Amino acid sequence: MEFSELQRIAAEYQAQRKPIRIRYCHAAGCQSCGSLAVAEALQREVSAQGLTEEVEVCPVGCMRLCGRGCLVDIQGKLYERVRPEDAPSLVASIKDDSITPTAPAGSYDHPFFAYQLPIVLENCGKINPEEIDEYIAVGGYQQLEKVLHSMTPQEVIREITISGLRGRGGAGYPTGLKWSTVAKMPKTPKYVVCNADEGDPGAFMDRSVLESDPHRVLEGMAIAAYAVGANQGYIYVRAEYPLAISRLQKAIQQAKRREILGSQIFGSTFDFKIDIRVGAGAFVCGEETALMASIEGKRGNPRPRPPYPAESGLWGCPTLINNVETFANVVPIIREGGEWFSGIGTATSKGTKVFALTGKVKNTGLIEVPMGTTLHRIVMEMGEGCADGKKVKAVQTGGPSGGCVPVEYFDTPVDYESLKSLGTIMGSGGMIVVDEDTNMVGLARYYMEFCRGETCGKCIPCRTGTVQLYQMLTKILSGEATEKDLESLRQLSALVKETSLCGLGQTAPNPVLSTLRFFEQEYKQLLKS
Amino acid sequence: MSVVTLKIDNVDVAIEAGSTILQAAREAGIKIPTLCYLEGVSPVGACRLCLVEIKGSDRLHASCVTPVSEGMEVFTQTEKLKEYRKMLVELLFAEGNHICAFCVSNGNCELQDVAIEVGMDHTRFNYRFPERDVDLSHPLFGIDHNRCILCTRCVRVCAEIEGAHVWNVAFRGAAAKIISGLNQPWGEVSSCTSCGKCVEACPTGSIFRKGVTTAEMKKHPDYIEFLHTAREEHQWTR
Repeated sequence: MEFSELQRIAAEYQAQRKPIRIRYCHAAGCQSCGSLAVAEALQREVSAQGLTEEVEVCPVGCMRLCGRGCLVDIQGKLYERVRPEDAPSLVASIKDDSITPTAPAGSYDHPFFAYQLPIVLENCGKINPEEIDEYIAVGGYQQLEKVLHSMTPQEVIREITISGLRGRGGAGYPTGLKWSTVAKMPKTPKYVVCNADEGDPGAFMDRSVLESDPHRVLEGMAIAAYAVGANQGYIYVRAEYPLAISRLQKAIQQAKRREILGSQIFGSTFDFKIDIRVGAGAFVCGEETALMASIEGKRGNPRPRPPYPAESGLWGCPTLINNVETFANVVPIIREGGEWFSGIGTATSKGTKVFALTGKVKNTGLIEVPMGTTLHRIVMEMGEGCADGKKVKAVQTGGPSGGCVPVEYFDTPVDYESLKSLGTIMGSGGMIVVDEDTNMVGLARYYMEFCRGETCGKCIPCRTGTVQLYQMLTKILSGEATEKDLESLRQLSALVKETSLCGLGQTAPNPVLSTLRFFEQEYKQLLKS
Repeated sequence: MSVVTLKIDNVDVAIEAGSTILQAAREAGIKIPTLCYLEGVSPVGACRLCLVEIKGSDRLHASCVTPVSEGMEVFTQTEKLKEYRKMLVELLFAEGNHICAFCVSNGNCELQDVAIEVGMDHTRFNYRFPERDVDLSHPLFGIDHNRCILCTRCVRVCAEIEGAHVWNVAFRGAAAKIISGLNQPWGEVSSCTSCGKCVEACPTGSIFRKGVTTAEMKKHPDYIEFLHTAREEHQWTR
């Protein structure tokens, strides 16, 4: 495989395309509302109306406005809630402007789309994720080729460092620094791991990326492996994402067949292999040390750090672990340069962030906005507030590890630091909108129930503290609690936060502390006088 | 081999580089409570009782797994730490069914000792009274899960010293449990050599020798250390 070969594949692929394309979303969200049946109906109609020569029905990845699936795009026109019975009018409208399709039309000028800046999602909803040639046709794998032939590993790391990219898994550790730490470790072999164990309730960013553009992640991992000196990569995906797993498998197979993964990639001396490891349903395996234990085939228990994975990771070897979205940012950074990337976002948080906007919001879906976009813009303008005219009360970011931001603080620009100062975290990007009818104590209890069930049971504060916290919250909700219980709740939350071994326990009380901070009145109202 | 000096509770301590804070503290005669720590097997940092404060860090550090460094200033007995340790022990007592009056280890129990050490006389948390079982299928020993605190000392001693891998942890969260073999009755696990190391390692009356009654079970956790270091130390008898 050489650069000219990539260009040839791209050209051949473009040449065989038909002039008019009907794109339909076949990511998990739209598939669950029947997009496969819609596709079949569209295909049937195209044949029936004799348009097979010029029209093709193309499966693509996530088209983002998940709450209004199935989504179909015909020559730049978006149609929402498409059902198979809409197919005849949709296909007929291609040739005859006077026909109005029976499916409701959407608009890309809507704030939901207009405020987005797709970098990670630039190919999502545009290409077929199950077809490597389509990825190559939009310039895919050219950056890997460029890196292997014209950049040293140090130059790659410098570019990532200049970009200011920070880990998108939630903690926001500078990616360039992590890469350079792994690169400098003398011990070999080294490993690259992609954390795709997205387990926060309400989060589906990584799933959408894997289902919509898996090659982007593979290319990012390969570039990372070259930069740090690794020859083996693992993608740790949760078993609850069967579609993402099958697309990744397909992508890896296709890349191997095209000799983009394997040995002597693009004629260089660089070898790289990627294998998939499927989780077994444990949330804690998203924690990096537990994840590595799980890859090694052991019980997914976290261990104390240091040593950090960069020093002693998989089988005691230096290991680079990044999240799906972090790897997906690598290709555009290499293509456009670190300077370009660092021009987007805020002073401390560069680039864009993908959020899964969900909960009691009108426009549920996947959004990618520059860092520093205000919560008001995200929730009220892009999401258009609550669906049924109710008032928005707050938004929960960071899932069970994060906290809530009340509507009064919606002018906060979203970045790692601003969210931290509000007592929540960026997290991996789940944004759950809460309306005025939601009881915040109930919300806190919901997350505590989640953590109680997902703690691995290794350390005392997390194993027993979460159970006790859950019981206290239940007592408060039942109206049996007194001021003293509220005090115990605070004390125990502080204990679990400060003494737990890993991130799961250290962040488990956050929803409680955060709701106590902003909605203490709701707790007080439930107390026995 | 280099030596580092550090301050623990304002006492100057010199110790080999690479040692942990806990080792340094013990050498200096400073007592830090522990439960999951056992000399002779690898530390896991799970019980969180040995947490200490380090000047310049806003986090708490498990002293059993944190290496010493030059000039480090460690505090082991701050008010916050004392309160947290007490709460952690309270949480343990509320979690299992720890009825000392009927326990083989009454009076010789590390959990009891730690409770006294941290000044815990009652628990502020609700007793959970979990339904747990007792496995008496082994001819010589028994395990009473009501008294188990999931310190995993049995798991580690069996895997690392005896090499038999009889014990492990199964399930998650409140359901987490020590299991033998493939979650079989202990007596049916053919890899068990009946060496009894897990009995000595267990800090409570959870794993016991059959035939002992209330307060009769005396354990020798230092036996594990002896097994581990005897050859190096030329201790041919005990």
